[in-house]
This record gives sequence, C-alpha cells and structure tokens, in this order.
Amino acid sequence: MSETVETTTDTETTTVDQDAPLRVENLEKRFGGIVAVDDTSFDVQRGTITGLIGPNGAGKSTTFNCITGALNPTGGEVYFQGEKVTGMRPEQIANRGMVRTFQIARALSEMTVLENLMLAPKAQSGETLWRSVMPGARSGVVEQEYEVRERVWETLEFFEIDHLAYEEAGNLSGGQQKLLEMSRAMMTEPEMLLLDEPMAGVNPTLEEKLLDRIHSLREDGYTFLLVEHDMDIIMENCERVLVMHQGKLLADGDPEDIRSNDQVIEAYLGEDI
Amino acid sequence: MIYSLNNVNYLQDEHDLANSMASSQWLPGESENPVINAIRGRVLLLLALGVFVTLIIDLIAGLAGVELLEVGGRTLGGDIALDTLIDRLRTGLIVGLIFGLAGIGLSMTYSILNFANFSHGDLFTTGAFTGWGVALLIAGWGAGDAGYLLLARSGTGPNPNEIGASIVASPLAILIGVVVSAVVTVAVALLADRFVYRPMRDREGISLLIASIGVALALRSFIQFVYGPQTRGVTAIEGVQEKNFLGTGMSVDLHQLTLLVVSLALMIGMHLLLQRTKLGKAMRAMADNKDLALVTGIPTERIVRATWILGAGLAGVAGFLYVLERGTMNFNVGWFLLLFIFAGVILGGIGSIYGAIAGGLVIGMVQEVSLIWISSDFNAAAAFAIMILVLLYRPEGIFGGVTTA
Amino acid sequence: MTASETGSATARARISGWVKKTDRRFIASTVAFVYGLFAILIVLEQGLGLGTVNSIFGAWRTITFLFAAYALITLALNLHWGYTGMFNIGIAGFMAVGIYTMGMLSTSPDALSGQGLGLPLPIGILGGMIAAALVGLLAAIPALRVSSDYFAIVTLGLSEIIRLAAGSRTLSKWTTNTFGFGTGGGSGMDLPGRPTDSILDTSIGESFAELFVIDPGRIDLLLFEIGGEEVTLVSSSILSDFLWSLIMLLVMAGVYWLVRRIGYSPFGRVLKAIREDELVAQSLGKDTRRFKIKVFMVGCALMGLAGILWQGSQGFANPNSFRPVITFYAFIALIIGGSGSNTGSVVGSLLFVGLLFEGPRQVGAIISARFNLGNAPGTFDGAIAPLADFSFQPFLAYAIDNIAPLQFVLLGVVLIVIIQKRPNGMFGDRTETAAAVNLGKQEGNDE
Repeated sequence: MSETVETTTDTETTTVDQDAPLRVENLEKRFGGIVAVDDTSFDVQRGTITGLIGPNGAGKSTTFNCITGALNPTGGEVYFQGEKVTGMRPEQIANRGMVRTFQIARALSEMTVLENLMLAPKAQSGETLWRSVMPGARSGVVEQEYEVRERVWETLEFFEIDHLAYEEAGNLSGGQQKLLEMSRAMMTEPEMLLLDEPMAGVNPTLEEKLLDRIHSLREDGYTFLLVEHDMDIIMENCERVLVMHQGKLLADGDPEDIRSNDQVIEAYLGEDI
Repeated sequence: MIYSLNNVNYLQDEHDLANSMASSQWLPGESENPVINAIRGRVLLLLALGVFVTLIIDLIAGLAGVELLEVGGRTLGGDIALDTLIDRLRTGLIVGLIFGLAGIGLSMTYSILNFANFSHGDLFTTGAFTGWGVALLIAGWGAGDAGYLLLARSGTGPNPNEIGASIVASPLAILIGVVVSAVVTVAVALLADRFVYRPMRDREGISLLIASIGVALALRSFIQFVYGPQTRGVTAIEGVQEKNFLGTGMSVDLHQLTLLVVSLALMIGMHLLLQRTKLGKAMRAMADNKDLALVTGIPTERIVRATWILGAGLAGVAGFLYVLERGTMNFNVGWFLLLFIFAGVILGGIGSIYGAIAGGLVIGMVQEVSLIWISSDFNAAAAFAIMILVLLYRPEGIFGGVTTA
Repeated sequence: MTASETGSATARARISGWVKKTDRRFIASTVAFVYGLFAILIVLEQGLGLGTVNSIFGAWRTITFLFAAYALITLALNLHWGYTGMFNIGIAGFMAVGIYTMGMLSTSPDALSGQGLGLPLPIGILGGMIAAALVGLLAAIPALRVSSDYFAIVTLGLSEIIRLAAGSRTLSKWTTNTFGFGTGGGSGMDLPGRPTDSILDTSIGESFAELFVIDPGRIDLLLFEIGGEEVTLVSSSILSDFLWSLIMLLVMAGVYWLVRRIGYSPFGRVLKAIREDELVAQSLGKDTRRFKIKVFMVGCALMGLAGILWQGSQGFANPNSFRPVITFYAFIALIIGGSGSNTGSVVGSLLFVGLLFEGPRQVGAIISARFNLGNAPGTFDGAIAPLADFSFQPFLAYAIDNIAPLQFVLLGVVLIVIIQKRPNGMFGDRTETAAAVNLGKQEGNDE
C-alpha cells in the first residue's frame, strides 16, 4: 500500500524536477544522542556549481557521507536522477553517476598516479576474474586497457599532472593529491561530482588551476556540489550557496543573498563574509 | 589558534566516526526491508540462539528427569544427574577463573597498546615453568638435585609425591612459586616490550601482532630448550582432596580452593587498583582514548610499562595456578589455551577487565557444561564457535562494550 | 683503494646487477645459492665419497619438496594478504579441508583408517579445492566486514575448529548402508598413493628406468659398478620423491602464472585499491565485497590444493599436521620475500626452507659429525654447569642435541627483526603496476 504511494511520488518528482539531479528531503543523521544532521532538505540544479558552507561541525561532511552512502541516514530521503538512493551502498551510488572526493585526500598511496586513474572507469571487463585470467578472454581485457590508458593520459594532461604519472600517489603533495582525487573521480564519467573541500591544502596557483577545471567541466554539463571552508571561493564561484549550521540548513540562495543574510552573519560570529 | 585546533580535532573525529560507521553497516545482501535485513544479517545468530534455548530446555528437562520428545534417536530431556551438572559447573568455574585472570592482561594490552598479543599464552607458560621450578626447589629441598628441581623435573630424580609440592605439604613453596611466576613473567614481558614492541610503537596493529607471533615462537621454543619437551607432573596429591572440609562434610580439592582464593584476591586487587589509584585512572583513560590521553599529558610510556607489569604478572600467576590444579604441564600449555583466553576477552568486550573476567568464566563454563551434549573432542570447538559469532555479530562483546577498562 | 679491490667491487656490482635484472634470474640465482650451499654443507658433514652424492640428492629432495609446498601456500597467501590486505591466519584449516575432502572422495572404502568413496584422484583433488573454496566463502561472507585483527582471530578460530573436527571421534567414521565417509579421527586418514609412484611401476616407467640401470629390475639412477660391486649414486626412493616434487614445482609455476596474471589485471587493480583504502574503491563504484569474496575463495582453493600436494603426498593425513604454526611459517616465508610480490613469495619460500628450516639442522649435523663433543647432557643444568669452568663443550653438545627448539627460537627472532627493520621484505618495495598493459603514454600496443 505505502509502496504504491511512494512510487507515485517518485514519478511525480521525476517529471517535475528534471533539472535537479540531486534532491535531499528531510535528511537526518544521529550518532547516539548527537544529531549531526537535522531535517535538512535541498536540491542541486543540473549544470551548476552549488556550494555547501557552514562553520565547523555544522554537519557538512556528515551530509556528504549520507548522500554518497558512506553513512546510512537515520531519517529522510536522498534522490538522485529521480531515483531513491537512500541507504544504498557507496558503490551503488557511485555507479549511478554521483561520485565524491574526500575532505582529507584519500589517494591510494602505494599505487602510482596512473594506477589510481586506471582503477576508476566503470564496468571494466577485466574486473571479472575469469576474463582477466582466461587466455582468450584476456585479449579483450587488454584492448579495453589500451582505451582506458588513452583516457587516463588525456585526463592527466587536462589536470596537468601528467608529469607525476609514474609517481606513487603517497609521494604527492596535499594539493596534488586533491587534483589526483578529482581526476580519478572524472575517470568514472560521473553525472555529478561531490567535492569535499577540494581546495584545502592547495596552493593559490594550483587552486586557480583547479577552479578553471571545475568551471570548464561545468560548461560541459557536469553538476558540482562543493563543500568548502574558504568563503571567498564559494562566493566567487558558486551560482547557489547552501549554509548549514548546527545540523540544519540555515540559508539557501545566491551569493548576494547569503552575504546579506543576518542569520548567516550571526552563525559565523562576524567573520568576514 | 586554540579554537582552530579544536575544530581540526572535531572534524577528524567526525571523519573517523563516519568511517567506523561505514564499515560496520554492510550486511550481506541488503534489501529494502529493514526487518528482512536484520534477520538476514543474523541468521547464524538466530540459529545459535535456537540451539541455546533447546539446550537449556533439554538441561532443565533432563534435570527434572522428564523425557520430552525423541528427535533423531536422541531424546530431548531424559536424565542428567544433578551431580554431573554441579561437577561440570565447578570445573568450568575453575577453568574460567584461569581464562579470566589471564584474559585481564590480554585485554589491557589489546586496548592500551592496540594489538592482539599472540605471545600472551607463552607468558602464561613462562609463569608456570619458572614458578614451579622454584616451588619444587623449595618444597623438595634436599630431596633431589637442585638443577633437577629448578628445571621442574627435567631429567631423572624423585617423583612429585616424594618432592611434596602441594598446598598441604608445603604452602610456603606454593606461595613463593606464585610470586616468582609473577616476577619472572613481568621481567620477560618488559624485555620483550623493550626490544620488540617499543621500537614499533607507531606501527599499526597487524605489524605488532606479527611481531608478537615471533615473540610467542621464540619464547615457547626457548622454554622447551631450557626445560625440555616432556610433559611432567609437578604437584603432590596427598591430602589435597579434603573429604570433610571444615567439618561440613563437603569434599573439596584444596588446590582448586587455592586457585579460587588467589585469583579472586587478584581480581579484586585489580579492581581496586583501577578504580582507586591515579595510575588506574590514567590507564582507563588511555584505554578509552589514546590521543586524548596524550594531549592531557598522561605519561604514556609509564602507563605502557604498568600495563605490561600487571598483565604479564597476572598471566604468569594464572599459568602457575592452572598447573597447580592440573598437576602437569608442558611447554605448549599456554599456547594451547591462548585461543580460549582470546575467546573470553572477546566475549567480554576487548578493553574491559570485568568483561575479560566474565567472558573467561562463560567460556570455561561453556567448555565444561557443553560436555553434557557433545563429545569431549568438540567442546573446544564450541568455545571457538561462540567467539567467532561474537566477533562477527557483536564485536563490542556481550556485556555491552562499555570500555571502563 | 688498490686496483684489485676496485676490480672485485665492480665485479660484485656487475654480478648483483645481473642477478637483479630479471625475476627469473633472481629466482635462479637463489636456487643455485641454496642448492650449492647444501651441497657444500653435506660435503662438510660427510666428506667426499660416493655416498655423499646420494646424501646431497637427499638434502636437495627435502628442500625441493618443502620449497614447492611453501611457495604454493605463500603465493596463495600473497593473493589474500599481499594483494588484498586480508589477514588470513587460518591457512592450516583450509589446507586441512582440501586434503580431508580429497581423502573422503578418493580414499579406498576399505582403507585401514579413515574411509572414502574411492573415486579417481583428479575428482578428489578438484573436490578438495572446491570444498576449501566453499569453506572460504562461508567464512568470508560474514567475516570480511570486521577489522583485520578480528579477521585474523576469526580465521585462526575457524582453522582450529576444522582441525578439532578432523581429529574428533564423531567424524572418524560415518557410514550408511551403501557407502561411508570418515576422517579416521585422531589416528589420521589413509590417502591414495602418489600417482607418480605408479608411473614408475608401469611398463613405460620401467622401460624408462631401465635406460639408467645396469642391473634390470632395479630402477636406481646412476647405478655404478666399481670393482665388481654395484654402487647406488642416487637411490630410487629419492628419485621417486624428486619426480613428485617436479609435479609440485610445475603446479607452483602454474599458480605463479595465475596469481601474477590476477595481479596484472583490472581485477588485481581493484584488489590493490581495497588493500590501500576500501572506502575509496567503493566510492569509485567498485563492489568491494564481491572482489574480496572471490579472491578469498580462489586463495582458499589454492591453499587446499597446496595441502593436498604437500601433506597428501605422504599417503596419510594427520590432524596434528594442521596446527596454526604451519600458517605462521607461511607468513614468515612471505614476509621475508616481501608481501605483495609473487617473486618475493617464491624467493622467500626458498630462503625460509633453506636457511631457516633445514639449514640449522644441517649445520648441527656438521658440527656433531666433525667435532667430537662427547655425550650430550640430558638436561639444561647439565649443559650450563660446566660453563662455570669455561667448558663449552657440554653446552654445545646439548644445543646440537636440541637443535629443533633452538631453530624455532631463531625463526621467531628472524620474524621480529624483519617486521621491525624491513617490513617490506626483499621485494615489497617494488612497484608491480597493476594493469594488463604497459601504461606508458607512447607505448605501442604490445602486452
């Protein structure tokens, strides 16, 4: 009974929100007695860069983890491309086209940059054990490896880290690892990217480069949700800004609205916005 | 500055929390329905519960002498003599106390030094051999060659009854044996820490675990080299079985009684030490949160040393007492018990000494009481199976996982 | 520095460069080193003589057999731990499952101890591998989500349960009207003989053997006639053992190929990612559980196979052969070679068997053969008391007499030192790129 109702809601929203690939409804996450995310709802429009800001401990990372399946929310729903993805495992969500990066860069440190990127593409035939091993089937795997290799080098050049290709990822600087993470995420050919503090630890030159890349990708139709600490970056680069405070969504609007929002100013204790 | 430091910590915590939650949530083959999920993930657990309930019914019915129904040639219920059960429970208690006593140290090193110490069983053996060597030397002074006695009867010489090491014939020798077993085991553990574990403090648990396997292998083989490979009897039996204990008419094994008294005294001592002293509080703090303990200025190296002293001392005494009750020992004694001690610690929840004691008792009881239903070559397997189930479905232990050290 | 010193230094550098150039050379050099070392040790023990040849081959037989056995296990372990980071210390149990299943399928129904269906050996071997893989599956489904130290304890507990079950009376004989199974319990299980032995008994085998034999009816290789007397250079039992070891080496080569192929593939790449950071692999859309379960099953099947080829080749399986210590030996071998490297697994196994396992015994034999140490004291006090008078001979004699425990002390110390000083082993530092093709940018399309 209840299922039928839900399906109808699903189809309705799918038709209504064609342009919002990600929709979060009344999301809630509790850890024991602590409410990290409390009744938060928002959506993200296709082909935009949306920023998610808030003071430390506001619940941004937890929200991220709940959206991408690293955590199971205790309440509310997450829809991606109209499909309910609440409670799915991270790989299921990633395979639907929503891919994330991490706040503290998680490079696969004993793998080379090349290996890191080679890993990412979806549905590689060689990920089936017997295809990788059986003599006949392996030639198909090898073919695909050449194709992936092509794309890997293109991506490395796009992010200008091709000179690091053979380096073990653990030897990269923090900023380079952030670039690596993003290029790795790009290799999965996602619909939407969730970037958790992509600029943290990145030097200004690199930061400029990274933002360039993000903008040119957005022009190609990619959708971005950005958690960022640096207010200036959010204000200058996002069409829309979401502000979280103490687990709740405090404000939602374009940068100008946010800048003049009294509640936001109060939450940031007079920090320069 | 301070503000930002706090924030970094908070974020880090949030992150860790997220990861730990993330890794614990996936059960095999999740479906949309939470009820189905819950059942699916716990099929083994439900099965175990079913078996447990059946056995309890069987036990009660058996004690009452009622035959309930016949299943596959075996009767549910039937007759189980009350004496048999009491006997099993008593042996279970004795073995369980040993598991508990030895488990305290294993649990403490696990939570404070962050690794599963596979050499703990061989610390147990160290205590047994060194303690008994000295006990025999004192009890049998003049009765045989000193080397023969000190090496716990390796070679040829008088038999255990001629030496007369028992709580009846030579209580002082037993008492000194207990002390020596603790002291030597502590010394060995501190040496191992100094040369093996301390250079590896910053390494992750698996490396330390592997190193402890090396320590276990070396220590056990060294004991074999010094004391010889044979299984030997050490205790004298005369008068140990008191037929009319304090005029009550009860038959009491005085060695079991000694074991009970000494281990309870040590457990109470541990409790007081942890709850009442500054050292105990610091140890608990460190078991709870190592990073926080570091920040608040607890001298970690001193805590680590205290952990080894207490844990190894108890393991050594446990080894000595186990042999007091059993009467015989060989160089494998502790290694063969290690998995049982682990089982107890895991059952009680790693990091809690009360859990280790309770878990040890449960494992001891399970091992003995299960003999009512299964043959003696499966009771150990039953104890391990329980350990595995707890690890898989309730890794925080059956007593709730409150890490109060 | 003199010219000759420089010369020897460059020569050394050249040799080590040559050795390290390819894995094949490195393995070959290690083999030459260990086998040569043992030839020298035997000569030191026995002096030069005709009987020495047989002894040298005898030592080589033992080394070859144990090397192949440990290399098989270590390669399987490398798949679990080295590639995927799964800390499985229940190897002995999976080996036991393999061998006991093989026995229950292929042992004759009227064996003296234990009982099987008497099916052909290949079915038994395949069945044993499948059973080990299935037990692996059963263990993996719930166990792969716990942390690695818990996983270690779970697998160790499982392996002990398997060993206890194999030794139990309950399972020693289980019969119905038409057929029966049985492990033989504590007295062990009879197993089918080595197929290679029967090859030597067939007419082809006999005619093959005749080629080397002066006296027909004897199959001894290199049988010499000196002064009218027949002298056996290499006895037939050693020869038939070698034949079996050769089979094991071939299987090992096959497993090496398999594991290496897995490593250099997209599948292996995901395994490596799981080892490094499982959440990252998941966030890139990899269903890590499936990968872990699959690779765990494959590794367990290989461990089962190793158990069959190793313990099963002695015609008899005993539950006591599957104590956890055998698992730890495999770990020592892998850690020496370098976890994560297949070449390291092979080289580590050979060095473990040669230098740590067989070497000390051999050195002990040399000392007791070459020096007259007198009767060894029976106890430790008898050995150390004379030290007070600076008489080391009794102690040495005692040590030689008790070389086995000393050797295990050495094993323990070596394990500690390696994990402290060189946790990556000999080959662990090397990057073996996990891809089916060369990842260079301008590379042509060659594999």
